[in-house]
Amino acid sequence: MEPVIETADLRRRYRDFEAVRGIDLTVARGELFALLGTNGTGKTSTLELLEGQAAPATGSVRVLGHDPYRERAAVRPRIGVMLQEGGFPTELTVAETARMWAGCTSGARPVDEALEAVRLAGREKVRVRQLSGGERRRLDLALALLGRPEVLFLDEPTTGLDAQSRRDTWELIRGLTEQGTTVLLTTHYLEEAEQLADRLAIMHEGVIATSGRVSDVVAERPARISFELPPDRFLGELPPLAPLGVTGHESAGPRVHLETVDLQRTATALLSWARDEGVELRGLDARSATLEEAFMEIARGLESEGARC
Amino acid sequence: MLTPATRTAPTPPRPAAPARGSATARMAALGRAELTLLLRSKASLVTVVFLPSTAAFAMRGMVDRLDLGGTGLSVATVMLPAALAMALLFAVYTNLVGVYVVRREGLVLKRLRTGELRDGEILVGSALPALWLALAQSALLGAGMTVFLDARAPVAWHLVVLGLVIGMAMLVVGAALTAAFTRTAESAQVTYLPFLLLTMGGSGVFAPRGLLPGPVADVAGWLPFSPVMDLLRGGWTGDLGGVEQVRAVGLALVWTGLAVFAVRRWFRWGSRS
Repeated sequence: MEPVIETADLRRRYRDFEAVRGIDLTVARGELFALLGTNGTGKTSTLELLEGQAAPATGSVRVLGHDPYRERAAVRPRIGVMLQEGGFPTELTVAETARMWAGCTSGARPVDEALEAVRLAGREKVRVRQLSGGERRRLDLALALLGRPEVLFLDEPTTGLDAQSRRDTWELIRGLTEQGTTVLLTTHYLEEAEQLADRLAIMHEGVIATSGRVSDVVAERPARISFELPPDRFLGELPPLAPLGVTGHESAGPRVHLETVDLQRTATALLSWARDEGVELRGLDARSATLEEAFMEIARGLESEGARC
Repeated sequence: MLTPATRTAPTPPRPAAPARGSATARMAALGRAELTLLLRSKASLVTVVFLPSTAAFAMRGMVDRLDLGGTGLSVATVMLPAALAMALLFAVYTNLVGVYVVRREGLVLKRLRTGELRDGEILVGSALPALWLALAQSALLGAGMTVFLDARAPVAWHLVVLGLVIGMAMLVVGAALTAAFTRTAESAQVTYLPFLLLTMGGSGVFAPRGLLPGPVADVAGWLPFSPVMDLLRGGWTGDLGGVEQVRAVGLALVWTGLAVFAVRRWFRWGSRS
């Protein structure tokens, strides 16, 4: 696949603080790539480098084959940008704002069509000041879409949206990727990344802690099994755990928690043992790791390896 | 959501980039939005429309009391260039300092910079309504005052036009430079004062520089707005020689060039960066 966004050892420094500490990523045409991470991990700083709003301290970035900062004129007509905060004059109406942006955009689609796409039709004459937070986000998205961009950068596109608007926005973004638009988005919502992303990266303290398809990122984490043992049974009576793929265990009172890299084998062995011994495992729960667990683990700083994509 | 026609297309939405829009079209779109905003802001309208005209006519009494003997000037050749200078200083400079700071703090400039507009286009496009209003006001004040004072039309029109054009360019850049050193919209209410007062006192806006004490007048002649006043006044008196004209244009361009350099160096586009 043709790479549309490529960075190598990308770094960004503010006065005495390095916000982006060596990011390598590649996004192919038509892909939806999600950048996750807690606040202050460098997502927006990275995005600004990709959008060409700032020059990197060191390292390289190419968008559609050009340097987005030095070759702004070549890149800008082909990308759409949605900032984390709108930045619209509050006394203009929705239509006036969109018309102004259309006038500054090559090959802009009709303003009505763009507002329709984000369900702002009927709100054209309302001043930006009077819009709800969610409506402003949608106006911002409409402007990012005005130029039919090949690459779309969305910084927290659904923050502040209600559940229905969020689903509508997902639907809209999905439609765009189906048409071949490349999308790079940041989000706080893990569900959003799970729903939309072909691939994702979780950032932590300015580096990519882990990246890949959702299933890959999750597969790196251990699955969990938990149950209660009857009062007359002890953990030590279970079959040897390590050969079953169990990497950790803890017990709190009668409750036992196991972590395993081979959920099926561990679960089979555990259930066979319980049947043979006639033991009832109360509150039995077995599940694969979730993206949320992967995320929380990294956010807590337990992850120190610097896996790259 | 999206129209069915574009939705069903399996190809990328835009296989070939369309012809890039022109800088003029982009600045016109931005200027139109700024004009709408200006017309909706009473405070800005007072600065842009009411202040220059009131000040221009109110200075009549002061100018009458000046001893113009020996300067070769009349009440008309003092007041007409002064009226145009007021239009430029208030409509362009004072007004734009506020516009640039408020747009920056509202993250509007940062937003505009994510699009196709170049940096210079953003600053000039935002200034367009102020420039048009300053021109319209210069024309109206010039005509009104000519009738009011029963004065003659300018002898050297080209100097008036040159003075207005160079003056506007200098003040747009000057406003951007002042905005670079203005932190909040609130402080934009005072940061324009130093340049404004220096100009009014030193560049001979009201009282001709010839009335200042000798050494002070020499230094004042090198102030940024002094050559603009020389050109405007020369337009009415017709006694600005060829060498003086070149000196005035050259000096004004040097100041404007320095300001452009400073703006490129220090102008901030977002409140965070």
